[in-house]
Amino acid sequence: MKPAPFSYERPRDLDAALSMLAASGSSAKIIAGGQSLGPMLNLRLVQPELIVDISGLAELKRAEVSDGELVIGALVTHADIEDGRTTDVTRGAMRAVAANIAYRAVRNRGTIGGSLSHADPAADWISALAALGARVALRSLAGARMMAIEAFVLGALESALQTGEIVEAIHVPPRAASAHWGYAKSCRKTGEFAHAIGAVLIDPVAASARVVIGAIDTTPIVVTDAAELFGGRIAADYKQRFDIGVANGLLAKAGIDDAAQRHIHVSVLKRAVLEAAA
Amino acid sequence: MKEGAELRSEREFPHGKSGQGVGARLPRKEDDRLMRGRGQYVADIRLAGLQDVAFVRSPVAHARIRGIHVPERYRGSVFTAADLVGIKPIRAVSGLPGFKISEQPVLATGKVRQVGELVAMCLAPTRAEAEDIAASVTLDLEELPAVTDMLKAREADTALVHEHWGDNVFLETVYEVDISAALDAPIKVTREISTARQCMSPLEGRGVVATFDRRLDQLTLHSAAQMPHITRSGLAECLGMEEGQIRVISPDVGGGFGHKGILLPEEVCLSWLTMRNGHPVRWLEDRREHLIASSNCREHHYKITVYADGDGTLRGIDCEATVDSGAYSSYPFSACLEAAQVASILPGPYKMPAYRCRTFSVATNKCPILPYRGVARTGVCFALELMLDLVAAEAGLEPGEVRLRNLVRPEQMPFDNITKKHFDSGDYPEAMRRALAAVDIEAIRARQSKGEADGRRIGVGVSIYCEQAAHGTSVYSGWGIPMVPGHEQASARLTPDGGLELRVGVHSHGQGMETTLAQVAHEILGIDVARIRIILGDTAMTPYSTGTWGSRSMVMAGGAVATACRELGERARRIGAKLLQHDSASVVLQNGEVRGVNGSVSIQTIAHTWYRRPQDLPADVDPGGLEVTQGYKPVRDSGTFSYAAHAALVAVDPDLGEVEILDYVIVEDGGVLVNPLVVDGQIYGGLAQGIGTALYEEMPFDASGQPLATTLADYLLPGPTEVPAARLDHMETPSPYTQFGVKGIGEGGAIAPPAAIANAVNDALRPLGAELTQSPITPHRVVEAVLAARAAERSAA
Repeated sequence: MKPAPFSYERPRDLDAALSMLAASGSSAKIIAGGQSLGPMLNLRLVQPELIVDISGLAELKRAEVSDGELVIGALVTHADIEDGRTTDVTRGAMRAVAANIAYRAVRNRGTIGGSLSHADPAADWISALAALGARVALRSLAGARMMAIEAFVLGALESALQTGEIVEAIHVPPRAASAHWGYAKSCRKTGEFAHAIGAVLIDPVAASARVVIGAIDTTPIVVTDAAELFGGRIAADYKQRFDIGVANGLLAKAGIDDAAQRHIHVSVLKRAVLEAAA
Repeated sequence: MKEGAELRSEREFPHGKSGQGVGARLPRKEDDRLMRGRGQYVADIRLAGLQDVAFVRSPVAHARIRGIHVPERYRGSVFTAADLVGIKPIRAVSGLPGFKISEQPVLATGKVRQVGELVAMCLAPTRAEAEDIAASVTLDLEELPAVTDMLKAREADTALVHEHWGDNVFLETVYEVDISAALDAPIKVTREISTARQCMSPLEGRGVVATFDRRLDQLTLHSAAQMPHITRSGLAECLGMEEGQIRVISPDVGGGFGHKGILLPEEVCLSWLTMRNGHPVRWLEDRREHLIASSNCREHHYKITVYADGDGTLRGIDCEATVDSGAYSSYPFSACLEAAQVASILPGPYKMPAYRCRTFSVATNKCPILPYRGVARTGVCFALELMLDLVAAEAGLEPGEVRLRNLVRPEQMPFDNITKKHFDSGDYPEAMRRALAAVDIEAIRARQSKGEADGRRIGVGVSIYCEQAAHGTSVYSGWGIPMVPGHEQASARLTPDGGLELRVGVHSHGQGMETTLAQVAHEILGIDVARIRIILGDTAMTPYSTGTWGSRSMVMAGGAVATACRELGERARRIGAKLLQHDSASVVLQNGEVRGVNGSVSIQTIAHTWYRRPQDLPADVDPGGLEVTQGYKPVRDSGTFSYAAHAALVAVDPDLGEVEILDYVIVEDGGVLVNPLVVDGQIYGGLAQGIGTALYEEMPFDASGQPLATTLADYLLPGPTEVPAARLDHMETPSPYTQFGVKGIGEGGAIAPPAAIANAVNDALRPLGAELTQSPITPHRVVEAVLAARAAERSAA
């Protein structure tokens, strides 16, 4: 369990990092907190020629509110969010999610941008941020682009990042005063990756909801028009109207053949709905 | 019970009260070193010129080797079976009739039979470079169908792990006592029950540092090993060397559990390599190697029928048990110990008039299975105790009541059960009664009738077992394996300044032997435990011993230390009498001094005089000196029987499948406890492993024989958040056969939890009609069982 040989660079600014990535093409890997890449290197599951350590890029460590949105730099750690060192526009939703990611040691080093880039279906942020309606800002030497989280995650360990491209920041819209938040997950043991995640942002006043079923084998199921899950309309009585049959159907459609697995996912989602309504 | 305890503390063992002798809750001496990071493990050993080894391991479960291709630039750094001329394969033969022999080449020849099997050895200045070399070696393999299912492995037309056998069965055994007498019983319950394959997962993996001393013509093997003398014997056989040419040193060891009891092919390979190259070499097992390629354990399958009368009285058990033994028979325990033991221990502490058990040790394309803490008992307890709950349900009785009706009673002790296991002492029903009272079964039933506010269901489960420990010659000669324990030896030496050195051949890898053996010596000689050094883990320094396994060390090495110290005390007493100018019959050794009517002389003075001032001794002094080696065996060597009743209260979420342990009670009787604090630690540690078996640990394989839980993200171990603060209660029924009445207790904590927890989960789910008979009890299995029960209910309606 020792990595194959690789070169190592630690650029001082984003432009230098992007140049290095562009120059080395697909043979480079970015390391930030190293909480996923570290084990993968040790297991030789990835054998990059170059590791670009971006932990020195101060511009990716900022978090600020801009045009009403929270813009979180990719290098902000889970612990930064958990401890409230970043501004919160989600009224506690992100702090609660961060506080239950893995173990404190992982949260101290693991970054929000790294978690998204790694695109592990069982990780928290890809589900939670999709439910919150967040977008991800990508940058390469060729320029910048922005996309919804659900468009960014393409599959298990597969993102829309192109060669030479880096997650720069995450844009989180503020949570409306009338919007209810619920987040639930089931883990075999404390701190382990979840085997089921349910995340809901339900606004009975606006009659809208975003619902995410995560920690399935592939990209999370993100329902942006969730009325069907609540009997056709989203209103104050959404808790009573939550339709587990529809949720079960979504999972079956996503290719989850195992009934017990679907039952666990639906039950976790139901728990998130109940939490939102509580 | 109470009388026995008084006897122990006030009369028989006076130093229990002094705070250092038998019975004292003395903090562990070794912890000062270990907790400050001053321990020395194999990985801490630095030798000049040391180079690292990484192995090329088989990527597939079953294949013929057509070629091994080493890049030109690495020739000379890579070694294969073709290089190891004269090295014999590892052979662990059992004398049980019909046992088929496997030969495990230390580097694969001809075929590979499991993923992770050693194919080539790569040497470099660092492990990372050695891994680079290993990655450059390519194997030309002709893949063969893999045998991965132990039940299918016995069918005709299946692939063969060892072709010349003609089948895949290491050993089949049958034990029968009049089973026909049970067949007309009104209650007959049949189930298939299984326990998953596990990895033993000590904190420290295996590790080897080998070096050769040309002056001494001696190989020194530093190895994280539980049984260094046995390792030496096995090494000598494989290497074709004199045992005296080999010294095995096992320094601090971070947990063994059986994993460190076996002779490793890696130990043989590195021994050969250091002698070939003339510099020290090292291999340290990493966690991935441990999970993929190292010892596995626990994979049992039972098809079992229990017969009982309407009132729950057992009439008999009929069982077919299969153990997935993996590809090879490991040295020294062999591939048969696990399954063959099942037949002899399945009846446990229960009385019954009829019994039949057929067992199969089956070869598959997986890692060899090895005896893990509790050995076969954890699976046996799981199977039997689940069945007793089903008998209780059929009889309409509380599960505890069925146990009380069938357990051996104290007035029947000593008791020979139906498989002729000899129970030395104990009050099993009392342990069960105390556990039921402590968990408060009546309050739980009342709470269950009300339901839980959070929608979960609670359930209570009990289990009880017996742990045969320190079983010796008469038992192991019957198995006929390469290692049969005889008399255990200990050497005791007074130092010139009055300190004591004890040399024992057992080892300590978490058991606290440096403390407890010192307590035994203190009990007899009265020397302060701070002045007693325990020397262990080195074949050059210690008497021969089969080592630490089978919960034997306190009984055997403790007995040997006591015997040696008594003889040493006697010699000191006779010298002391001379110094006091008394007749030796008129002086006694007490509290570290020899006392006569006119005065006393300390052991310290006696030692100083003997070694430093012999001119002060009279001419007719006994020349034997103050260093003795004595051997010990209990009065009977059929083993001590410790036992415990466990009770678990759990909450089960039937929709998520999550299980939370709300309360856990253990009532343990380990005979006289030398150090109750150490025993508590043993029980807590065992409990954690038992919870792992019950709820978390599983090494699954795919159809091609690939192990699927290859990192700790997939192979889940219980952590602090998963292990509850269990409540312990001790009974202390002395063994009539041992020094001080001690019994072995090292494994018990890991035996009963899977059964107690599974019974509790089933108790919680019984109103839903759901039942689990397979460990670990994962969320998926719980939900599957609940959904199956709902479907059955629907189709019935």
